[in-house]
Amino acid sequence: MLTRDTRDPATLPRLLLSLLALALLWPSIRLSELDLSVLVASDSQSEMGRFVAAFWPPAHGAEFIELLLQATLQTLAIATAGMALALLLAVPASLLASRALSLSAASRAGHPNYWGQLLRWPVRGVLIFLRSVPEIVWALLFVRAVGLGPTAGVLAIAITYSGMLGKVYAEIFESTDQRPAHALLQSGSGRLAAFCYGILPNVAAELLSYTVYRWECAIRASVVMGFVGAGGLGQQMDLSLRMFAGGEVASLLLTFLVLVLFADQLSRLLRWRLA
Amino acid sequence: MTLQLTQVSLTHANGVQALRDVDLHIGASEQVAIIGPSGAGKSSLLNVLATALRPGNGELQVLGERAWQLSARQRQRLRARIGLIHQSPPLPPRQRVVTAVLAGKLGQWGLGKSLLNLLHPLDIPGARAALARLDLSDKLFAQCQQLSGGQLQRVGIARVLYQAPEVLLADEPVSAMDPVLAEHTLSVLCRHARQHNVTLVASLHAVELALAHFSRIIGVRDGQILFDLAAGEVDRELLDKLYANEQLQSPPIAPPPLSVQIPRC
Repeated sequence: MLTRDTRDPATLPRLLLSLLALALLWPSIRLSELDLSVLVASDSQSEMGRFVAAFWPPAHGAEFIELLLQATLQTLAIATAGMALALLLAVPASLLASRALSLSAASRAGHPNYWGQLLRWPVRGVLIFLRSVPEIVWALLFVRAVGLGPTAGVLAIAITYSGMLGKVYAEIFESTDQRPAHALLQSGSGRLAAFCYGILPNVAAELLSYTVYRWECAIRASVVMGFVGAGGLGQQMDLSLRMFAGGEVASLLLTFLVLVLFADQLSRLLRWRLA
Repeated sequence: MTLQLTQVSLTHANGVQALRDVDLHIGASEQVAIIGPSGAGKSSLLNVLATALRPGNGELQVLGERAWQLSARQRQRLRARIGLIHQSPPLPPRQRVVTAVLAGKLGQWGLGKSLLNLLHPLDIPGARAALARLDLSDKLFAQCQQLSGGQLQRVGIARVLYQAPEVLLADEPVSAMDPVLAEHTLSVLCRHARQHNVTLVASLHAVELALAHFSRIIGVRDGQILFDLAAGEVDRELLDKLYANEQLQSPPIAPPPLSVQIPRC
């Protein structure tokens, strides 16, 4: 009697999961050839030191600043246009991939019927495909198709990010309380209206902060894609690195810092307004 | 016949059988109270009547239509004529009361009007009138998370009043209210039902309220209907039989702890 009352049925699964996580960590350390002792070796330290020392002082000539400004604006434009295109695809796809619009789930205690579940899989498959190919690969592809310049960056971001946004949006929709939407469906409302009244108010802040965070990621991604000729700050960074102009690289990095800081503040402001 | 159940059984996903072979007929503009112990199947019965849960066996007819033989579109149209008041109304915490109340008419509005209403409430006087009947019109622009349990229940009732359904089902609609408010709210519901020829079925855990406001009482126990009588015919013996609980044993009264004061030397 005593053992039955004191035992928590969740103990064993939790213990097993922790052990499993540890067991998975070891092979991943081996396989990634992680060896932190390299960092403290003296020759690699002096090498890194020389590289970093060239960064000072940051370049601030009037001509370079103008170039920097233009590249920054281009990066922002690439990220924003890419996100806008991604949203066009991600919003409908996330609605299709989640149970949020399921009418059958409302009268089956939250479980959609067999057909509905089957129909969700192709959409999930498309989203997986879109995000499993890295944006840099898409950028290389589009640079060949549309030529050097920001257009390739915009298209690459739109495709990869629609996959990511669609997946996470669908998960956000499903992770919130479904009963308000189900109650509305049960009183005869349409699917989209039930979603907008029952689920959207709960998830709006989370959707917004994730979208702004992804926009920040898109800014950084557009930098990486600049290396393959897709325009923006990245292209400038590539040029400066090739010319060993450490000061210019430092200025570019500072610009990134300001952009990320700006995105962070924007996210805070929007969340505060919505709370 | 407004509501008709024929040999209806319902088994929940976790294997609990909530209703067993229930037969029930409720006519137009009848006012019926469902009473019974916790877990007897009152909520399940109301959810089946509201077409919110699909029964495993048997047939449900609402307003002359076999709800589960209809196409999804026709069933949604039928559901717009049925209103279900939930015990704890499922309302998004950040939604404003005015939007939550106006959402009652989503079944009758088109998508365009629904979305426009989300941006700007289209019928503020209507929502205010529905809330005023429950003495809550001062909370019109409050967020749902700022309200207490009893206030939320009244918002849920106001939503269904605004929906103006032909069948009004209420699952413990006054369980979180104080006695005076519960009395008032139930009489508002009954008056609304009488004035608009609405069929009203409510489950209640307060037997006195059921006997005072409703003409027909249905006692539910173990997923079956134990009795179905006019309010005047329900007596003490029937109620004792309905609420009898062999599992419950009052804990033995512990002797008061003995405190001995040992004087220190």
